[in-house]
Amino acid sequence: MHELSIALSIVELASEEATKRGPARITALHLRLGELAGVVKEALLFSYDIACQDTPLAGSQLIIEDVPVVIFCRRCHAEHTLESVQRFACPACGELSADIRQGKDLEVVALEIEDAVEEFVT
Amino acid sequence: MSSSPRLVEVRQNVLKQNDLLARALRRRFADAGVFVVSLVSTPGAGKTALLECTLKQMRANGLQVAALVGDLATENDARRLARSAAPVKQIVTGTICHLDADMVQQALDDWRLADLELLFIENVGNLVCPSSYDLGENMRFVLMSVTEGEDKPLKYPTIFNTADVALITKMDLAEAVEFDLEAARENIQAVRPGMKTIELSVKTGLGMDQYFEFLSAKAEKRLVGLERGT
Repeated sequence: MHELSIALSIVELASEEATKRGPARITALHLRLGELAGVVKEALLFSYDIACQDTPLAGSQLIIEDVPVVIFCRRCHAEHTLESVQRFACPACGELSADIRQGKDLEVVALEIEDAVEEFVT
Repeated sequence: MSSSPRLVEVRQNVLKQNDLLARALRRRFADAGVFVVSLVSTPGAGKTALLECTLKQMRANGLQVAALVGDLATENDARRLARSAAPVKQIVTGTICHLDADMVQQALDDWRLADLELLFIENVGNLVCPSSYDLGENMRFVLMSVTEGEDKPLKYPTIFNTADVALITKMDLAEAVEFDLEAARENIQAVRPGMKTIELSVKTGLGMDQYFEFLSAKAEKRLVGLERGT
């Protein structure tokens, strides 16, 4: 399981971004996770809370956008979303394709930041 | 008073650090004229046995070869591989289930890359975690042994997708375990259409000529600046 090291990288990256903007608390982090990123979503969610401890992200929510695999089909001359990663075939015509256009994503898209104020309403 | 959270766009690749290091390594390898092959598989698929045999053969062919070997806890693999008389270094990862570009870079610290022509990197036995990390290699082999069953590619499509070549190992046991080679080939093609596949047995030598020929041809191409396209 390498999701903890991935989670630590995510937290490090987000903490740096947050620090640039002065004292603030991150309440949520939006992540794009491709089906071919090699990361197990449940394990990442579990690791995230641990990785956030004692950082500006403590208590924040990890919001994951699942990104499906998109292939380019030479026969249809079009991009198609793959139905299953067990079969890299065009869902329209059945042609096999190794031309992957999307699905390896592992990207921090955005942070929800709450500026530091005297009191927080929780 | 409370302020409502604002959304700040970041758009950063989580593995950017590793990818940058890997890219720098790939450039160093190209500058030094060394062709780099990495091996991934489950534990016990035969990476070390294949590597031991490969190092010997490539040395006999007159190539300057070396190997980095990742392992969770022991240095047994490095000792085994040292019998080939090629330079070998163990990377003990502790609890970490994969190699990353930084570990490779550190292991290469006291080696002169310019003295090498062919470098192998044996990853930790694991078909999940290594798929996320680019090591700067030019080519990645994924090994599956016949004892693991023909559906391995369907269970681990991601690692097959990061690899360039599939090696089906322990073919001498195929009959005993009723391995369905056609199904295995089909499964590999389903998750990675067009993938080069070689069936072999280190023990009997089956398929080894084809494997060595393929490897030598690829290694020679390094001279004309072949790079992994990722």
